[in-house]
Amino acid sequence: MSATAPEPTTVRTAPALELHDLEVAYRVRGVWRDVLRGVTLSIARNEAYGLVGESGCGKSTAAFAALRYLPRNGRVMGGSIHVDGEDLLSMNDAQVRQLRVSKVSMVYQNPTAALNPSIRIGDQVAEVYALADAAGDGSDERAREMLSKVQIADPASVMRRYPHQLSGGMNQRVVIAMALATNPSLLILDEPTTGLDATVEGEVLDLIRTLREEFETSLLFITHNLGVMAKMCDRMGVLYAGRLVEEGPVAEVFDRPSHPYTVGLLRCIPRGGVRKDKETLDTIPGFLPQLGADLPACVFADRCGLAEEICRKQEPPFHRVSDGHCSRCHFYDRANTLPRTTGAPPVLGESARQEPVLQARGVQKTFHQEGHAIHALNDVEFALKEGETLGLVGESGSGKTTLARLLIGLSPPDEGSVVELDGAQLAPTVNQRKRDQVRALQIVFQNPDSALNRRFSIHRILGRALTMLTGQRGEQREERLRQLAHSVRFDVRLIGARPAQLSGGLKQRVAIARAFAGDPRIVVCDEPTSALDVSVQAAILNLLVELQAKQKVAYLFISHDLGVVRYLSDRIAVLYLGRLMELGPADQVFESPQHPYTEALASAVPTAEGTERERIRLVGEIPSASSPPSGCVFHTRCPRYIGDVCKTQEPELREVEPGHFWRCHYSAEQLRELQKTPPKPRV
Amino acid sequence: MTRFIAKRLGLGLITLWLLSVLVFFGTQVLPGDVARRILGPFASPSAVNALNKQLGTDKSIFVQYLNWITGLFHGDLGTSVATRTSVSSIVFPALWHSAKLAILAFIIVVPLGILGGVVAALYEGRFRDRLISVGGLSATTVPEFVWSVVFILVFALWLGILPSTATAPPGSGFLTQIEYLVLPALCLVFVLFGYIARMARAGTIESLEADYTRTAVIKGLPYRTVVRRHVLRNSLLPTIAVVATQAGYLIGGLVAIELVFNYQGIGQVLYRAAIQKDFPVLQSAVLIVGVVYLVATLLADLAYSLLNPRIRFESSS
Amino acid sequence: MSSFGEPIGSSVTAAESPAGAEPALGPGPDEAKVIRRERLALLLRSKTFIAGVVILGFWIVCAIFGSLLAPDDPLRTNPVSALQAPSSAHLFGTDTLGRDVLSRVLVGARDILIVAPLATLLATAMGTLLGLVTGYFRGFVDDSLGRLIDAILAVPVVIVGLLSMVALGPSTVTVIFVIAVVFTPVIARTVRAAVLSEVQYEYVAAARLRNERAPYILFGEILPNVMGPVLVEFTVRLGYAIFTIATLSFLGFGIQPPAPDWGLQIYQHYGLISGGYWWPVLFPALAIASLVIGVNLLSDGISQAFER
Repeated sequence: MSATAPEPTTVRTAPALELHDLEVAYRVRGVWRDVLRGVTLSIARNEAYGLVGESGCGKSTAAFAALRYLPRNGRVMGGSIHVDGEDLLSMNDAQVRQLRVSKVSMVYQNPTAALNPSIRIGDQVAEVYALADAAGDGSDERAREMLSKVQIADPASVMRRYPHQLSGGMNQRVVIAMALATNPSLLILDEPTTGLDATVEGEVLDLIRTLREEFETSLLFITHNLGVMAKMCDRMGVLYAGRLVEEGPVAEVFDRPSHPYTVGLLRCIPRGGVRKDKETLDTIPGFLPQLGADLPACVFADRCGLAEEICRKQEPPFHRVSDGHCSRCHFYDRANTLPRTTGAPPVLGESARQEPVLQARGVQKTFHQEGHAIHALNDVEFALKEGETLGLVGESGSGKTTLARLLIGLSPPDEGSVVELDGAQLAPTVNQRKRDQVRALQIVFQNPDSALNRRFSIHRILGRALTMLTGQRGEQREERLRQLAHSVRFDVRLIGARPAQLSGGLKQRVAIARAFAGDPRIVVCDEPTSALDVSVQAAILNLLVELQAKQKVAYLFISHDLGVVRYLSDRIAVLYLGRLMELGPADQVFESPQHPYTEALASAVPTAEGTERERIRLVGEIPSASSPPSGCVFHTRCPRYIGDVCKTQEPELREVEPGHFWRCHYSAEQLRELQKTPPKPRV
Repeated sequence: MTRFIAKRLGLGLITLWLLSVLVFFGTQVLPGDVARRILGPFASPSAVNALNKQLGTDKSIFVQYLNWITGLFHGDLGTSVATRTSVSSIVFPALWHSAKLAILAFIIVVPLGILGGVVAALYEGRFRDRLISVGGLSATTVPEFVWSVVFILVFALWLGILPSTATAPPGSGFLTQIEYLVLPALCLVFVLFGYIARMARAGTIESLEADYTRTAVIKGLPYRTVVRRHVLRNSLLPTIAVVATQAGYLIGGLVAIELVFNYQGIGQVLYRAAIQKDFPVLQSAVLIVGVVYLVATLLADLAYSLLNPRIRFESSS
Repeated sequence: MSSFGEPIGSSVTAAESPAGAEPALGPGPDEAKVIRRERLALLLRSKTFIAGVVILGFWIVCAIFGSLLAPDDPLRTNPVSALQAPSSAHLFGTDTLGRDVLSRVLVGARDILIVAPLATLLATAMGTLLGLVTGYFRGFVDDSLGRLIDAILAVPVVIVGLLSMVALGPSTVTVIFVIAVVFTPVIARTVRAAVLSEVQYEYVAAARLRNERAPYILFGEILPNVMGPVLVEFTVRLGYAIFTIATLSFLGFGIQPPAPDWGLQIYQHYGLISGGYWWPVLFPALAIASLVIGVNLLSDGISQAFER
């Protein structure tokens, strides 16, 4: 599960990065607040070190400190930073710049924004070479070489383009090329694939691994995603509230987590294909500390189920668990006895009713933009039963957001599309629908900061929803409001607060409460936990399951996180370029036989399991929705491409096994046979 | 690209047409006939009728409008009621004078404003920034005639180094003309500086905070190079639009300055036409000012789309 | 014990809830008060803000109590003592009609400090309404109003003043009309831009999903969120309003004599500068300058405090 560890060298060379007791603080509104409270770690030559933690733990700060790039209100308060043996903090500006040119590089999130929109790609890459080598000639040549090294097919033409003309995946390759151009000792990656599509993410991660081996660069890989880290790193460190609480080889830490926080984190993620009816996700009680908050001696004590008096008084030293594996906990040897905070899963009975509560047939949506027709959705069909969860997965351009907006009435479908709620046709826009219908079909959006009016109190938000959806007023409404808040575990004492004063998890609970105000039959969940930290995500998912059991509400659950979708969904639908590629029960969709696209998608997602699946590479980029490929839209990239039939004939959505549909020319038997071996890469 | 130009041109023409309607009908709001207003309440009815016939104001107002518009297409801007000469002979020389002053002011204030804005952004929050921002903004909102008066008092009266009028004696050489235009140009610099600096500052700050600037710094580029090569070309784009809108102000909005400095620009022409109720001059002159403004903004839009790669080159997907 | 006073699981014990306990606050209601207090403190410490308050305050006092503070009657003419240089009897000298310039300067604050805020308020109200409607509904209404706004803005303010004077005759009402006509589109533009960005927020979609009607969405949901830019626009336009009123008076189109309006005073006397009679012009000029600078310092102080 971890990358191949290099042979230990006998030559003594300084570690690529060495932080010793590093303390960093930020000044906010005139007060200095601690971010890093003494972090010590060391990354050896040619080693990949993963730093994992949730928001506010300080991982990005640690990364920027290694470049001595802190914002104006940030300052190193203590400790030391050594890169390749050189003391960073005592350098002058010119030396720091030299360091950035030749020793340390960084790649971070949102690659298109990281590139200058007004300078050609080629010039931006060549600039790095010109910096390193004052003579400057040959920079263009070397830039072109580097671009082909990052697997860009036509470097010469890409060099002439501007960033907005390339996709996110391409731009990230360019950034990686710039970062590795001068063969630095240390490459820092801060969430480099967050925001990229799953298949693109897989490619980029593979590329980083390949290049790292070739260049023998050390990596500092920062992420919140344990699966990605398991795939990319040799060693890992867990950061909480600016303090390193556990450190060790990745396999070790995953097998034997020795700090309650690590244990909690690992339990929050749906692993090993577990489903909601078997287990609830564990959560970590309490909340992530604010910047610069006052914390007890062991920074995790307030939230730790194993905490005792000693934890508040005395800071635990790093206890050695095994070779290279240590934990900052007084009770490191019994960390995995951490009591669970959640109990047994609620009983989710099968609904008695056979008629679907939501039915979609022949759904089509076309956008018109400057003369082009963009086919966002084409012939989508599915049925949702009462109390069932249908998971919807797809990458960019798949149309899943369009479908969500279409169903709830924010965006009317094309003529001829049929959407029925309890057998009654739904009007295309929400304004035309009856109140009962509007109540019955609600949505939870991804970003609660956007979905809740920041000027309103929670009381007003929920009260208004109740008034408009149920017509209740006065004392009756207040009573109902209290019930609603209680059902999402929202403390009624906070009812007068405004969204800005609440944490992400609390805000999302309010958004969920609002959706449930009118006792809906169906709730569309559009990436409801993607903006939340891992431990918070688990609590929200558990809440959704609990509400579903109580109210028999059906969910259309959209997410890019396949692990979460698999945990939560009864059935799963896979979209590609506006077409339904596969639809079937959750366990069938993720096991063979599966549609080739699903197969590739599932293989691209890094898992925190012990298995390493052979990743299937998809050639080329996702085609544009304004000019979809002929025949089967996936044929241009399909690793199981048959031949001309795929290019000329679009397959129908047909039932290949009971309750299992897909859109492919192959039959279930054929694919089951084929998928025993991974496909050969397509030229 | 050509579609874009054609579209903007079309919109501009519509706006211009709307303007002509507004100007024409707006000024005729007050009831009463034109000739009566010119000749006064004591003139005889026959004299009034004769004048109305002569001016063409005896016809219906819509016909008058049409006459005016068709005249424009032939290059005939009408005849001045006050001086009985063609409007063109009044308006175009004045336009040229205004242009001279505008160009001089522009040459000084645009680079100065951009420099000020960029410096303010680079030292954001610190003294230099506050000085430039607050100072610039204050200078902008002080009416230009106040500046004119103060400058005349200081430079012309007390120090005596510059003339108190902007019209050089006829036949003066190029440099002498400049000398006479310095004071009014200085007023304009004070008035426009704050506006341009504010735009440049905002654009530069946004650019400084962008991810791509962070990438450039992390690459190891010296700060100066980062600003010069990465920041400026993005931050100055929005400034183009602002600079263009000032063109309209400079051609026609300078009534006060032209009065104080006794300069025969188009502002003075408009002023006199308004006071004398010389409608033909007023209407055509306002339209000309509108044309200048719209042409300037069209050019600015064009420049912006040429210079901004995001617009010039379509996205791939 | 955490610093926010919430012991773990106080309101909901972990055992009760399969969904997990999270009685968590973000910055907490107490912290919100702290933020507000810190902002206020920053504001009061800002030198520009204080300077602005002082200057503006001075002129407001003059506007209210001018007649009490003025040494002489600003309207009393005295042709005998016309155009006397500043002296102990007349600190600012006298004008062409023998009126005391100091008194006229002090009292002159009143008209401008009544008309400017009034006109700006009117323009802000209309502009906000226009901006809300065009930003939310878009489509044909937005496009055609946009063209109209472009047409008005294609012409400098002064010219609009000229045209209004021709159409309506010079008076204080004309001035208010001019300001309303010119500022409303500008404010509408800003508000429209703010509305366009607000509409992207999902709470607007959420409102539609509650069957809310357009007026409620515009005024109940969106307007509270664009009040910030509206207030900033108001303060900025106030400065420009003072500028415009003074300029129009200077051109003879605005407030009419014998009002002791500053612009008017300059209008009546600037021809005399070359004769060396600087005082009837300089002092009203300085008054105008100081007022606009005061307003600017004030609004700058406010925006600085809120930027942090």
